[in-house]
Amino acid sequence: MAALRVRPPGGPRAVGPVWFGLAALIAAAALLPIASLAWIAAGADGGHWQHLVDHVLPVALSNTVVLLAGVAVIVTGVGTACAWLVTAFEFPGRRTLGWALLLPLAMPTYIVAYVYLDMLHPIGPVQGVIRAVLGYDSPRQFRLPDLRSMGGAIFLMGCVLYPYVYLTMRALFASQSRRLLEAARTLGEGRWGAFRRVAWPLARPALAVGLSLALLETLNDIGASEFLGINTLTVSIYSTWVTRSDLAAAAQIACAMLVAVAGLMALEAHGRRHQRFGGSRNQDGMTPIPLRGAWAWAATVATAIPVVLGFAAPAAYLLVDVVQRLMSGQHLTLNLYNGLRNSVGLALGVSTLVVAGGLVVAWTERRVSAASAPSTWLTRAASVGYAVPGSVLAIGLLAPALAVDRAWAWITQSPGLPLMNLGAILVGACCIRFMAMSTGSIGAGLSRIAPEIEQSARLLGETHHGTLKRVHLPLLRPALATAALLVFVDAMKELPVTLLLRPMNFDTLATVLYGEAARGAYEEGALAALAIVLAGLLPVAWLARTQFASHTRRNPSP
Amino acid sequence: MKPIHRLIATALLAGFGAAAVPAHAQNAGEVTVYTTREPALIQPLLTAFTSRTGTKVNTVFVKDGLLERVKAEGNRSPADVLMTVDVGNLVDLVEGGVTQPVKSRELASAIPQQLRGVDDQWFALSLRARVLYADKDLALKSIHYEDLADPRWKGKVCLRSGQHPYNTALVAALIAHDGEAKTEQWLRGVKANLARKASGGDRDVARDILGGICDVGLANSYYVGQMKAAKEGTDARKWGDAIKVIRPTFDNPRSGTHVNISGASVARHAPNQAGAVRLLEFLVSEPAQALYAQINFEYPVRKGVALDPIIGSAIGDLKIDSLQLAEIARHRKQASVLVDKVGFDQ
Repeated sequence: MAALRVRPPGGPRAVGPVWFGLAALIAAAALLPIASLAWIAAGADGGHWQHLVDHVLPVALSNTVVLLAGVAVIVTGVGTACAWLVTAFEFPGRRTLGWALLLPLAMPTYIVAYVYLDMLHPIGPVQGVIRAVLGYDSPRQFRLPDLRSMGGAIFLMGCVLYPYVYLTMRALFASQSRRLLEAARTLGEGRWGAFRRVAWPLARPALAVGLSLALLETLNDIGASEFLGINTLTVSIYSTWVTRSDLAAAAQIACAMLVAVAGLMALEAHGRRHQRFGGSRNQDGMTPIPLRGAWAWAATVATAIPVVLGFAAPAAYLLVDVVQRLMSGQHLTLNLYNGLRNSVGLALGVSTLVVAGGLVVAWTERRVSAASAPSTWLTRAASVGYAVPGSVLAIGLLAPALAVDRAWAWITQSPGLPLMNLGAILVGACCIRFMAMSTGSIGAGLSRIAPEIEQSARLLGETHHGTLKRVHLPLLRPALATAALLVFVDAMKELPVTLLLRPMNFDTLATVLYGEAARGAYEEGALAALAIVLAGLLPVAWLARTQFASHTRRNPSP
Repeated sequence: MKPIHRLIATALLAGFGAAAVPAHAQNAGEVTVYTTREPALIQPLLTAFTSRTGTKVNTVFVKDGLLERVKAEGNRSPADVLMTVDVGNLVDLVEGGVTQPVKSRELASAIPQQLRGVDDQWFALSLRARVLYADKDLALKSIHYEDLADPRWKGKVCLRSGQHPYNTALVAALIAHDGEAKTEQWLRGVKANLARKASGGDRDVARDILGGICDVGLANSYYVGQMKAAKEGTDARKWGDAIKVIRPTFDNPRSGTHVNISGASVARHAPNQAGAVRLLEFLVSEPAQALYAQINFEYPVRKGVALDPIIGSAIGDLKIDSLQLAEIARHRKQASVLVDKVGFDQ
């Protein structure tokens, strides 16, 4: 029998040099673009900064704040209300709508912007119908307010980003002990009171997590903001770089913005702190209360609206457009097939590496830190890539990555830029970008595994790595699957990093779509957009089933 | 190997394998083009080059960051030819130190002096004019760019973002012609005349004219060809049929219409310099210039190449503004600062 080696918990020695080294390398790689940006920013001359402060930044900052606030309101309201309706009540279509509410995750914000701009244009179908109903002839007599405004942007982002809040809130509501709620009801609270005073305070940490993800996505977005003419901080970083050719000033704005993002991440970490023992403990889910009559149908309609606005309407519009084009004789070109192959290949490669990397970091974190808190410096460092907008990340990464490439080429005596040509730089940059998703999900999954299980394994003579392989990995499968699926969906939609860092002759669906949209010609753009949405749909549906199947199974039948 | 290590190794291989499938390094004899132009505009020309010379062309379409990428790649960069639009971007490439001068009689004879960079470091390959789209029933025959600030156009003007390079180049030209103070006044006047926010694209100007949102707008000449040549019944065709095109000039009576260029340079560390020059020479040859005219609806730089008939009838021959392109490039940053100062896009 192997000797019991009782080590004091924590410290780098607990995990061995290889794992610690790997995890530190991943964290360092994730910090590289930020360091590079700070370096570039430091090299700026102050001349342009004054102009930016006078004319550009105040507007960009206020636009960003208003956009974030508006999106936060919509996303919280819609996500929480839908999550509550779906878990607490029984109404027709509840089961389908339960997972359908996740579908907007498959819709990139820039596709939604481009579709709605088309749909809601004064000479488009929707306004045409409205005019016909009201008896007007032309848009000169009557037209709805322009979608290209702050209100339009808030509406669109809210429609597409509420699933982040919905996901976390639903997971929380479904696992709440019904006894707490029943106790509240017996003490005289009505349905609304039970929600407000019992369910809601318990839900706040989950809300913080979902909300910060949604707001980070909003902050990072550049495609939709550009289409809609909203000058956010991210857009102004980009335009400072491109139209004023002032990379240093752009880097300065980016660094300033990262400070704000650090605040958002602190919010998320604060929310996570109280989530230590969520999930698989002795929980009875709630039994949904059946609704009757008008209330039941009202609930169905209320939960169906976000699905329609965020997914069904844009998807249907794209589908109709594609069918029309195919019927009018346009056929799919080789470029589109290549784009599809490259998109899927990139997404698969990135999600595999990111899940593996996330596992390394989360596992090392757990071994190194004494407590079972999922977030300390290693995980946070690795997660920072998600907070940086894709375009900013790409700029920051360009110089150091190519320096590494040149060094590698010199060491291996190969011509040209081997890593760039291999696509390794693109894959690496995407991994840095999405690492946060897997470290977060896997870290949370690890923290839900009670330490007693691991301690039992160790007592029975298994090594650290043996427990990882035989105890933790099987228990982590849902978390690993969730992480892989989320990263796959996001990698399929990825645009700015690909545009800057791709090797020769390499197109993804997103770049095909962008090229067409930028030209104002939508021939293959609609096909590419539909392909992106479809490819994102399968993982989202799978995610929904794995996440929610376990919840429904846990509900004991009365 | 322990199973967990095997798993990790497989994952790494899978990751690199999947990403490595389409990419390859450049072989000798191939030419690599880094370009900011949308793929569909360039591809027919490159395909024609390949079929004529048998040389394979690799492409990397970089939307923004061409200069940064080539700079970062340094002397190992596989780029042979750098293609972009807007004279300001070409000048930036030269000033960024990533181009080299080219001595070619063919290029020097085909391209006029003012459409080549100092020292032949960049070459214009085609021209596009910034013209006025107007409602086809509007009683308007000619206009000066400066007239758009006139209050009679209040609520009738559509434009894309003032910060877009096509517009900042025009503003730079106005600064060169009329001075900064007058141009600032002009920007404020035009902003007051906007029918909707300055955003969207050039084709949206035509679409909004059809929709009755505005009566006039500034946009590039090649979209006219694209729209009017589109299939009957498509949206693009409807927009094209709703507009007529007027060639504006500046207040200065000796001025012409503002143009910008698409152009190319040979990269400083080009592995295949001879191939790069051959590609450029092909692009200014008659068949390629004819393609520029017919497929892209642009104005060729080479004399004697016919315009596309649609462009010829809808717009006509250009009287190109005499302002040196280098002047426009010089004032570009100033123009961008002015657009911000006026808050044109808010």
